[in-house]
Amino acid sequence: MSENNNNSNGLLGWIDARFPLTKMFEEHLSKYYAPKNFNFWYFFGSLALLVLVIQIVTGIFLTMHYKPNGDLAFSSVEYIMRDVDWGWLIRYLHSTGSSAFFIVVYLHMFRALIYGSYQKPRELIWLFGMFIFLALMAEAFMGYLLPWGQMSYWGAQVIISLFGAVPVVGDDLTLWIRGDFVVSDATLNRFFALHVVAVPIVLLMLVVMHIIALHEVGSNNPDGVEIKKNKDANGIPLDGIPFHPYYSVKDLVGVVVFLILFSVVVFFMPEMGGYFLEHANFVPANQFKTPEHIAPVWYFTPFYAILRAIPDKLLGVIAMFSAIIFLFLLPWIDRGKVKSVRYRSTTFKWLLVMLVVSFLGLGYLGALPVSPIRTTFSQIFSVGYFGFFVLLWWISKNEVTKPVPERVQ
Amino acid sequence: MRKVLIMIACLMVPTLGWGAAGGYTFPNDKIEIDWNDKAAMQRGARTFVNYCMSCHSAEYSRYNRVGADLGIPDDVVLDNLVFTTDLKGDKTKVGELMKITMSTAYAEEAFGIAPPDLSLIARSRGVNWLYNYLRGFYIDDSREGLGVNNGVFANVGMPHVLAELQGLQIPKYRSEADGHGGEHEILVGFEIIKPGSMSKSEYDNTIHDLVAFLDYLAEPYKQTRKNVGTGVIIFLFVFLILAYMLKKEYWKDVH
Amino acid sequence: MSSDDADNNRRRFLTAATVVVGAVGTAAVAVPFLGSWSPSARARTAGAPVQADISKLEPGQQIIVKWRGKPVWVVRRDKAALATLPKVEDQLRDPESKDSVQPEYATNEYRSRKPEYLIIVGICTHLGCSPTYQREITADFQGGFFCPCHGSKFDFAGRVYQGVPAPLNLVVPPHYYVSDGVIRIGEDGVA
Repeated sequence: MSENNNNSNGLLGWIDARFPLTKMFEEHLSKYYAPKNFNFWYFFGSLALLVLVIQIVTGIFLTMHYKPNGDLAFSSVEYIMRDVDWGWLIRYLHSTGSSAFFIVVYLHMFRALIYGSYQKPRELIWLFGMFIFLALMAEAFMGYLLPWGQMSYWGAQVIISLFGAVPVVGDDLTLWIRGDFVVSDATLNRFFALHVVAVPIVLLMLVVMHIIALHEVGSNNPDGVEIKKNKDANGIPLDGIPFHPYYSVKDLVGVVVFLILFSVVVFFMPEMGGYFLEHANFVPANQFKTPEHIAPVWYFTPFYAILRAIPDKLLGVIAMFSAIIFLFLLPWIDRGKVKSVRYRSTTFKWLLVMLVVSFLGLGYLGALPVSPIRTTFSQIFSVGYFGFFVLLWWISKNEVTKPVPERVQ
Repeated sequence: MRKVLIMIACLMVPTLGWGAAGGYTFPNDKIEIDWNDKAAMQRGARTFVNYCMSCHSAEYSRYNRVGADLGIPDDVVLDNLVFTTDLKGDKTKVGELMKITMSTAYAEEAFGIAPPDLSLIARSRGVNWLYNYLRGFYIDDSREGLGVNNGVFANVGMPHVLAELQGLQIPKYRSEADGHGGEHEILVGFEIIKPGSMSKSEYDNTIHDLVAFLDYLAEPYKQTRKNVGTGVIIFLFVFLILAYMLKKEYWKDVH
Repeated sequence: MSSDDADNNRRRFLTAATVVVGAVGTAAVAVPFLGSWSPSARARTAGAPVQADISKLEPGQQIIVKWRGKPVWVVRRDKAALATLPKVEDQLRDPESKDSVQPEYATNEYRSRKPEYLIIVGICTHLGCSPTYQREITADFQGGFFCPCHGSKFDFAGRVYQGVPAPLNLVVPPHYYVSDGVIRIGEDGVA
């Protein structure tokens, strides 16, 4: 290879002799063959990556002005909103981004549910994804404490005290998490360190592993057909197309549509009626005054509803964590061999409906104050949620499915 | 797939009826704030600084920002809106934050609870709540030291600071079944028994202007936000057309 | 032209157009982030001009006024001090303040609007120490300012002597007289 610096091939050759740049580009982009029938549900992976980048960049710039101190945190956020040039925009991007992250991730997970993307050989991709989901929930929970508003403070107080339900060690555990006898400056500072440094590093590593695991096996598709089973003379899947340029160009359209919707929220309704930026959080945290109604942010409400549906504190916590654990175990709970809902039984379709209705119902109820009738419905929806997994395990062994085609439709 | 989604949508409909019902308060009118009416916000700023700022700070807001956004020159701001000095006795500078001199300790002793900062009150309570709260004070002799209560915020610790403008009113009640077999009284109106310097509509307008100012105070960059947003979305639509054409062109290859 | 060529040209054009518009968008996105580094309203307020009351200043007296975190000296020069200014000119590095930093109304022998008052930033132009005020006129030194860190010397107009490490005269900040007894430092003003 020539070392002619004016020629980009020369430069590329110089790099390639020392770093597998072209090799990686080909392996993961220009010669990574993805099924040609990706539909709407397949936009959300790249969108999740985009939102991750948005959160990291806006987060870094917020850290330049934010003060992680109980006496200064709330006013530093208002300083960002009013005194820092363009600070209001950086803040709204970050707050909207955190809700957008969960919308995108929930839809991304739903895709896996309807097309069986968690089934063999993609169980590990699913597990990495579930760990990403856990890390994301931790990241969002800790980030929410940072503005140090009334909802930040009391939401953290309630959720941390759940750990007190753990038998024997519960109280010591909550004291250790808080670093103090109540949620205080000590808690704020450590949550800041975790939210800004530790969990983002973990998230980035998990995302890399998630994508490597995906590329090892190849993407699923809406028909649930394994495209690697039918290759041409050159070993290229007949139903595959190189990710670059076809999906880079298609995902770009998805990105722009997303950015339009995202911008409508950021610029015209950043509070989203109190769901993205809660009204109570415009009041500085007050240790001595609990707000009338403490609710977690909207993306935690389904799990919060499950927690509240069970009258016992410890059992409620166990139920809430089980809701996530069942998701982890999905590749083994679903004993079916057919991946895509297009070819699965009507029973399976009804189970999906039951799951979605239950999840949305739980989410709606989780945002409201308790009442006897709401608790009853939360219990019904919890049964619906867990029932999905139980019934799926039962019916998937001998499920009556439609014939799955050999080739993508 | 489409059928599944439609089923889900239909099953969710009955759940829409479970929204929370708020407690009963009076008055409960709704107002509109016109952000183009800077004059109203200026009047509101004047009311705020003259009546509210003895006890309530607006400590995230700067005087010169208020002046610039509402079209008030710095020297007019200094003459009409700034009444504090620094510890040396020099007048507070126009770029300073709108803080007050009352200490939290004194406030808690005098009022039981420190009067909250009002920079963000319009975002935490909402403009309708504020409009009704400020018109909802009525005579209540059972309240020691204050002599008033409030139809929106029961047993509030705030005196009726604007009584000289509104005057003083007594509450009017109506009996209603309380859902448990008995009856309770609900507030349905007021009657002015000691007039203030303003008529009801003048006072309502004054409060409207004050709330307009508080709405501005809570998010001074709101108009900038919307203007930038319009530009961003127009740009993105143009970009969308290009990106879509690019996608269509490449996907001609795929069959 | 074959349809392949037309397609390729169209592809190239669309790609180029998308990249260009995308680049414009990316540059636009950079603006708020880079802009957030500008001095905030808090910094601009802290850096705002300050007023100082000089009505009670005795001849020969120096007061220090803080502006933008820096010490600004206001010295009321007496006749003896003013008389030294022409005498030391041949010992100075920049007697006409050609290279030094001051507003145009202070580019004169006195380096101020009024000869009686010197308004100067008290930071040595060598490495940033704060010189001491030497009001005594002795045989060795005609008075002015002396920097203890590395021995730089300045006259009663803040002009630097030759043979000392400091390269330039002390900086004169923008200022004006609000009234006879009040100056405003940080703004050029009218007069």
